[in-house]
Amino acid sequence: MPTETTKSIFWKGARDASPFILVVGPFGLLFGVVATEAGLNILETMTFSILVIAGAAQLTALQLMTDNAPTIIAIISALAVNLRMAMYSASLAPYIGPAPLWQRACAAYFLVDQSYALSILEYEKHPKWTVRQRMVYFFGTIAPVCPFWYIATLAGALIGSSVPDWLALDFAMPITFIALIAPALRTRAHVAAALVSIIVALCFAFLPYNLGLLVAGIAGMMTGAEVERRTEARAAA
Amino acid sequence: MIDTATIWIVIAAVGIGSYFFRFVFIGLIGDRQLPAWILRHLRYTAVAVLPGLVAPLVVWPPATQGQTDAPRLAAALITIAVGLWSRNVLLTITVGAFSLYAALYLAG
Repeated sequence: MPTETTKSIFWKGARDASPFILVVGPFGLLFGVVATEAGLNILETMTFSILVIAGAAQLTALQLMTDNAPTIIAIISALAVNLRMAMYSASLAPYIGPAPLWQRACAAYFLVDQSYALSILEYEKHPKWTVRQRMVYFFGTIAPVCPFWYIATLAGALIGSSVPDWLALDFAMPITFIALIAPALRTRAHVAAALVSIIVALCFAFLPYNLGLLVAGIAGMMTGAEVERRTEARAAA
Repeated sequence: MIDTATIWIVIAAVGIGSYFFRFVFIGLIGDRQLPAWILRHLRYTAVAVLPGLVAPLVVWPPATQGQTDAPRLAAALITIAVGLWSRNVLLTITVGAFSLYAALYLAG
């Protein structure tokens, strides 16, 4: 669509991302509450959320610190959970790689599950977008998500332990990720990748330091790629 | 209670490490075209990593000390079904949250 302006693309990104406020809100709240209950003060809790912006990794590190695991294990486990960010980075590189370095440095900071998931789908849908338009869309998706992450963390830290148990905030993250992934299972290759990932993650859950997730991620990726290759080979034959 | 120095070491290390992961390809590799087989693998990163992250949390929720919890499992399965059927993220989250509370309420 050649008539799309930079402004309209930014707002499209913001609009597409706005449902995630409902997700990021409870998740940030959850982290703030759990961190406070674990004994972190507001400065520590906020620095954590602002520096890392990745709830799953933050909760992993927090859980292990609470369990008195060695510091290095808490760090490695949290980083293992975040290794998927390197995969997101590689996946976006062909689309936004030509942008100026300072823009890429900013985008890297804001590379989270939501901005990645929305952007990669939109880039595939609009192959004619310029690099600048892609960057604008990316930052549009950030606009509602990241400020809410900080605010929700702060709210959670202030509320602390007065959150009622029946809210079951612990399960907001799984439900959120399922809601993100299930609608994106468009092809047999996507379904196969997800199924293999689930099975391998459950089978290798006994591995220490979240290594099961790494094995599951690699197995799922290889499965998806192989199913896609075979599907294309069959279509070409 | 967690030691203050430990907290700051973990925050700094995880923060710096996470930024490195995010920056490594878009920042250092830039627009050099990656080979087709790498791109084909990368297409499946999200659907390969996130289900593996979620599956153990669904089957063995930390909130119930790792004991499989019928309401949480039911809510997760309903969320998967609604997501596959509707292809709508917001609707799926809403139904997922509602089914979790309904299931937890019914389970007492």
